[in-house]
Formats: sequence, structure tokens, C-alpha cells
Amino acid sequence: HLEKSAVLQEARIFNETPINPRRCLHILTKILYLLNQGEHFGTTEATEAFFAMTRLFQSNDQTLRRMCYLTIKEMATISEDVIIVTSSLTKDMTGKEDVYRGPAIRALCRITDGTMLQAIERYMKQAIVDKVSGVSSSALVSSLHMMKISHDVVKRWVNEAQEAASSDNIMVQVLPLTPVKSNSDSSLGTGLLRELQTHLRPPVAARLLAFIATAVLSHESPLFDFIESCLRNKHEMVIYEAASAIIHLPNCTARELAPAVSVLQLFCSSPKPALRYAAVRTLNKVAMKHPSAVTACNLDLENLITDSNRSIATLAITTLLKTGSESSVDRLMKQISSFVSEISDEFKVVVVQAISALCQKYPRKHSVMMTFLSNMLRDDGGFEYKRAIVDCIISIVEENPEGKEAGLAHLCEFIEDCEHTVLATKILHLLGKEGPRTPVPSKYIRFIFNRVVLENEAVRAGYWKFLGYRDMPLLCPLDRCMMDTDDEVRDRATFYLNVLQQRQMALNATYIFNGLTVSVPGMEKALHQYTLEPSEKPFDMKSIPLAMAPVFEQKAATKPEKFAPSRQDIFQEQLAAIPEFMDLGPLFKSSEPVQLTEAETEYFVRCVKHVFTNHIVFQFDCTNTLNDQLLEKVTVQMEPSESHEVLCCLPAPSLAYNQPGICYTLVRLPDDDSTAGTNPQEGGERSKNASQLELLTVGANLWFFSKMKYGSFPK
Amino acid sequence: MQRPEAWPRPHPGEGAAAAQAGGPAPPARVGEPAGLRLQEPSLYIIKAVFILDNDGHRLLAKYYDDTFPSLKEQMAFEKNVFNKTSRTDSEIAFLGGMTIVCKSSTDLFLYVVGSSHENELMLVSVLTCLFESLNHVLRKNVEKRWLLENMDGAFLVLDEIVDGGVILESDPQQVIQKVNFRADDSSLTEQSVAQVLQSAKEQIKWSLLK
Repeated sequence: HLEKSAVLQEARIFNETPINPRRCLHILTKILYLLNQGEHFGTTEATEAFFAMTRLFQSNDQTLRRMCYLTIKEMATISEDVIIVTSSLTKDMTGKEDVYRGPAIRALCRITDGTMLQAIERYMKQAIVDKVSGVSSSALVSSLHMMKISHDVVKRWVNEAQEAASSDNIMVQVLPLTPVKSNSDSSLGTGLLRELQTHLRPPVAARLLAFIATAVLSHESPLFDFIESCLRNKHEMVIYEAASAIIHLPNCTARELAPAVSVLQLFCSSPKPALRYAAVRTLNKVAMKHPSAVTACNLDLENLITDSNRSIATLAITTLLKTGSESSVDRLMKQISSFVSEISDEFKVVVVQAISALCQKYPRKHSVMMTFLSNMLRDDGGFEYKRAIVDCIISIVEENPEGKEAGLAHLCEFIEDCEHTVLATKILHLLGKEGPRTPVPSKYIRFIFNRVVLENEAVRAGYWKFLGYRDMPLLCPLDRCMMDTDDEVRDRATFYLNVLQQRQMALNATYIFNGLTVSVPGMEKALHQYTLEPSEKPFDMKSIPLAMAPVFEQKAATKPEKFAPSRQDIFQEQLAAIPEFMDLGPLFKSSEPVQLTEAETEYFVRCVKHVFTNHIVFQFDCTNTLNDQLLEKVTVQMEPSESHEVLCCLPAPSLAYNQPGICYTLVRLPDDDSTAGTNPQEGGERSKNASQLELLTVGANLWFFSKMKYGSFPK
Repeated sequence: MQRPEAWPRPHPGEGAAAAQAGGPAPPARVGEPAGLRLQEPSLYIIKAVFILDNDGHRLLAKYYDDTFPSLKEQMAFEKNVFNKTSRTDSEIAFLGGMTIVCKSSTDLFLYVVGSSHENELMLVSVLTCLFESLNHVLRKNVEKRWLLENMDGAFLVLDEIVDGGVILESDPQQVIQKVNFRADDSSLTEQSVAQVLQSAKEQIKWSLLK
């Protein structure tokens, strides 16, 4: 109902004299309201409004001035040149009107950046130790904010801050402790501790206690007794903070936790919902590590199940699930099911996870849990919730043989009407895996058939894994899939159908169960090369180098659209760029670099062996370690054994000091070793391959240098 | 867009130093079991405070950190919170990793939001302080119409309670004293109605005299 342009128009009266405080206040309020509602102000109009507002400093109306401060804070980031009000604010913060001083300080600090901070430093220091509590606390809070901008400058105000700590108003005296706290217990004066017990107002005391607690490392620390004594403080906030601190101490035994737990137990029956909530949330945390410590509270927790506040009730239930006994499971489940529809999705997931843990703890109770879980599956709920339930059921199916059939049946029912493709596919995979192990696997066929017919492409294509395990009757739906509208479904169906019709387990194993074992980028390259050179030979999978890493890792690595090139692929590219090596075919394997020289020599040489189908390329990475010599035309001479033939050497043109260069030597392998590139999975040629590999690893010892040819002259 | 209360961008050199050295260094604890570690306490306790009307529309809102940087996200959050809490009139709720305490009065809903690690009682104390202060400022009529008429008072009250996420004051008496603001007995609109009647009377009088 407010229009920005109209309001900004009205703001023109700020420039009139005399200033009408009521009207100006009204308009200024409207501006702030608009800002608060999220209305966007362009820089020009914001700056104009800001400047107009500065005229209002002429008025002495208190509320108007205070609202000006608020406007300054709100517009600090959207208006330009806000620092023009600095002098007015400095005047106000040191002026006589106490009511202005605190707010003026806070506004000033909002517009001050690092460069200006030193200019107002003395004002800030004075304000911190001011006798008026509002001024002092405003200054301290602002200092805290300024620490984010200029830590070093603010650190210098520590003395003033510590002086302020001894004043009456201790509202914000904890502030100095944050940045400059040292972690020795002795830095916390006993006076302050006493204050905490008696004088400090609850929020301050509680926060101070939280800080102290971080310095307490164990129950043996001297401050531990102090914290424990706070359990008997008269303010609930402080008591709760103390209890929380104790249960968070590392390495606490159940016995040490007991006083804290009993306090929390009392809070469970408090009339204040916040207190009940705080208590049960904390007990939930304790139950994770020390369930035995919480069993004393079971009765109180059970009372909370019927709490009108659903968050409290859920927390109570999940805590009980962690501490409950086998006999109480039935009762608990019944109580949960009555209200689970009313709690938010997040809580539902929490409950399901707690049930999952319970299922593992009490496997005999699977039937009760399963009924409950299947009911939850039927109800409304988001994806995360349904997924949590499905995961829970799956874990029962996988780990608990007695629960398998019931679990699978529930999941089948679920996928009849499931909108989440991911879940449907997952369940179908599970059916494929677990179905055959049930007494009557064929009853799952109906569900799968329906899915194949009715679902979307992703589900249809994804279920093919199932087939490898099944028999002939399944070939019927396959036929239908050959006429599917989706390309990939048809392709996969045709492929699998052909494989299955061979009825050979070995084929099934190779083509259906085990995925690709070759390197995917390598395959891409090989296929590319094959298409470039038309040939009559069919494409040979054996020419593709093996995957360097296990297949599933490879798949994970290739999830992003672009394949990250492996080291081998990089080498392949480098070598392919060299004319002499272009015809060698695909790179089979590159070894790790082997150091050939000792550390202190004049030159440093590392060797990498690249194995191709019929050749080996030795790559020598050489570095010259003499700074007054330039090496040119560097080659490594090799003396081959009988059957291996050195074809050519490619020298490194020049090696300046510390600049590594590469020289290559190409060696041809003997003809009867042409199986070097064979895919070892074929077996058979194993012995030859083994010796070949041995040769490679021992390589450095078989070859020895005659000498390194170099020309040297001073630079 | 109502951004969270922003601070001037740090000066290049100093900002880096502040980012490096800012904040307390947590004590090094070697060999400590994970899991139940306390969050390092900070004084930045409050994430947001807002007041909604009966339909879940925002009347006043202040966000103190970047949890919801855009207006759209803020509005979505407020709607979410409203849906979860208005029907069941719950005083405390957990949503999206945050604890929310709520108080309703006539046709208004007041909320204070903090991280789920925070001491819930502190959030409640801020909420109570806000409510009590508004109660005084609005002469015990904490309802939409009065709030809108005295928005400036509400802004000032909130400004005195929370500054940039730090609790500045939690005692309503102190807040009331500092704000020193009370709603008018005769609000502006009522005055204008009286003025309209007056001018109408005048007009009739003159027309009769003609």
C-alpha cells in the first residue's frame, strides 16, 4: 500500500525549514518500512534520500534523531558518501545527551571502515570506559563488530575493555574475552567467576559460562567444579548451560554425567516448552554416546511422547529408540505411528534413521518394524523421507534373511506407485539381486514386467542388470523392449537379448555382469583412430589399453562430462605429436619414472618407458645441474641386447642450467613379442607377458650407458 | 532488497589480517574423540528476528547473517516458519538446522531465530524482552494496527535489543527506558477523521449560510 516513489517525493520536505518533526518522522518511518519490506532502492535515489535525511540533524527531537541513526545504518551499504555524517555522529557520541550517545556510536561504527577507524579510536576508547552503561555496552558491541574489519586496531583497546569489566553494568563485559582470551585457566579472575554466580544477568552469565567451558578440557580441570556448581544456580538458563557444558566434555563417564542428566530430567517436566525442548534435545545427544546414562530418564521421556509440541515429542521418541529395550519396541512403534503424519519431513527422516539403528540392534523385531515402515511408505512424504525408508528396508532385506520376503514384497508394492525414478531403479536392482535367492523368485516377475511396460525410459533401461540372473520366461518382455520408443532401451534390449539367447554363463558373465574393463578415454582414442583409417579388419578391443584403475573408480572419475586425462593419455598425446613416433599405434603402458643418476652428479636423468605394440620408447628427462655450462644435442646412448633394435635417437636440442629437456630413444621389440599389447584377460599368453613385464621393470639394469654425448663451452 | 546488516567492506590490507587473525583460536585438542564437541561459542547468537501478521506477511524483519541472503529466500523461510508454527501455536520449533521460538499475540506472530546449537533459553529471553517492550510501547495493544501506526517505536525497540546479531539488552525495563517512546493516545488517523468531520461541519455551515 506504500509506493516508493511517492514516499521519496514526500521526503523533499526534509529540506524545508523549520523542520516539522512529526511529519518528517512519519515519512522517515515509511522509508525504513519500505527498506524492511525488501523494496529495492537505486544508488541515486538512496543517496538523495540519505542526504535529505542529514538535514534532519538540525532538529532536536529525540525520536527523530534516533530514527536518523537507524536510517544511517540501513542505508550504509546502498547510499554513497555516507561518511559525511561522521562529524555529526562524533559530536553526538561525545555530547551531553546521553540518550543519543549509545545509538550514535553504533551508527558511527556501521559506516566506518578500516581507514577511518584510527581517526575515531580515541572516542571509542573513551566510550568503552564511560560510566553510562548504555554508552559502554554500545561501544563494546561495536568494537566486536569492528574486529572483523580491523582486528589489529581493536586489539589495542583491550585495556579499556578490561577496565570496563569492573564496572557495574556487566552486560557486555564478556565481549573482550572473546578476542583476547588466552586459554589458561588463570586468566579468568576469581572475581569474575563470583560475579557469574551472583550478579550477572542470566544471558550474560550463561554465555560466559559457555566460554569458560571451552577452556575446561576434562573433569579433572579445576574449573570443572565451578561448572558443576552452576548446576545449582538460581537461573534456569545458567543451569542448562552448565549441564550442556558437562555433557559435551570429552571422555566423560556415565557417572560424571549423572548430575547433569538429572538436572535435564527435571527440566523434562517443566511447564515451559523451550525448557523441555532444550532438555530432550540434550538428552538425545547424550544417548548417542552413553545410552546407559539416559535410561534413568525413560519414564519422563515417555511422558513427552504425547507432548503437544511435536518437535519435543519426536526428540523424545528418537531418544527412547536409542535407549529402549527390546520389549519396549512394540509400544514405541505404536506411539510413533500415531503422530508421524504431523511432523515435518526433517523429523521424519530422523525417526526413520533411529528406527534403522534399532533394526540392527534387535533383528528379531523386524516384522513389527517392517509393518511400520511400509505404512510410512504409503503415506505422503518428500523424496528424502521415502529414500530413508527404502534404505532402511533394503538394509533389513540384505542383512536379515527372515525379513527378506516381507521386505521385498513391501518394496514391490511401493514401486507400483512411485514417482521417484531413482528409487524405482534402485529397488529393481535389488529385486534382481535378491529375487533369485528367494524360494519363489517368479512372483517378482510380474512387478518387473509392469515396470518395464509402464515406467519412464530411465527405469526401463536401468533394469537390464536384472536379466542376467533370470531364465527364458523373461525374454518375453525383452521382445517388447526391442520395439520401445527410446533408442537406448532398444539398443540395450537387442544386445542383452542376443547374449542371453546364447545361453552361456561365460558370455553372461563377460557381457552383462562385468562392465567395461578397458580405459574409457583409451577406447575413445582407439575408436577414433579406427574410424580415421578405414580397414577391413574389424575393430579389435584387445588393442585398447586396460583401465589403469579399477573399473568402478574409473566410472566415478568419468562422471563429469569431460574425462580428466590420465597421465598415460597425456604421454600419448605428447608422443603422438612427434613425427617419428606417430606410427607406433596406441600407447599400451607408461612406466613410472626411474632415476638413473645419483643426486650429486653434473646431470640428472630420469627415465620413463613407454610400451607400444611393437616398440618401446625410452624417454629421458634430463636436467643440467652445472650453471656455467650449456649442453647441446643431448642423447642417451643405449646398448641393446640381441633381439632388441635401436631404431633412432631424438636428442634434446639444448639443456640450459636447471631447465629440464627430453631426449628419446626408440627401440623395436622382437617380433615374437608382438603379444605385448594383448589384453591379459584372455589368458594363454600369460607366460610371455610375464617375462615382458619383468623385462620392463628390471629395464634399467639391462641397459647401460656408454657415455652422454654433449658439447660444452662456457656461456 | 533487505540485506542482512552489512558492514563496510574491509580495507584491503587490514581486511586480510583480520580474516587471518580474527576470532578466538580454538584450543588445540589432540586426540579428542569426535562427535560431541561443543560448537565454539560466539556472541553472535541471533540469526533473525521477524514479526508476521495473521496471514504470514512480514511486518518487520531483521536478518543478522548470511543464512538467507536474498529477499526471496527470506520470504520463503518466513512462510515456512509460519506454516509450521501458526496452526499448532507451538512456542519452539526446529526447522532447517535452526531453532525458532515463537510468540503470538492477538493478530501478530513474533519470532526469534538462532542456530540449533544455541541455548534455547537465550532465544526465549530475547523474544520475551521484545514482546514486553512492545507491550509497553504500544500501551498493551500488541496488535497489527497499533504496530503499523507506531512502526518507528518498534524499529527502535528492536535496535536496542539486538545489534548485528549480538544481544545488547535483555531487560525490558532497560529497553523501555532507552527508547523512551510511547504510542499516542490519539493516533494520526483518528485525528484525521476528526479533522474531516470538522471540515465537513464547516462546509455545511457555510452552505447553509449562503
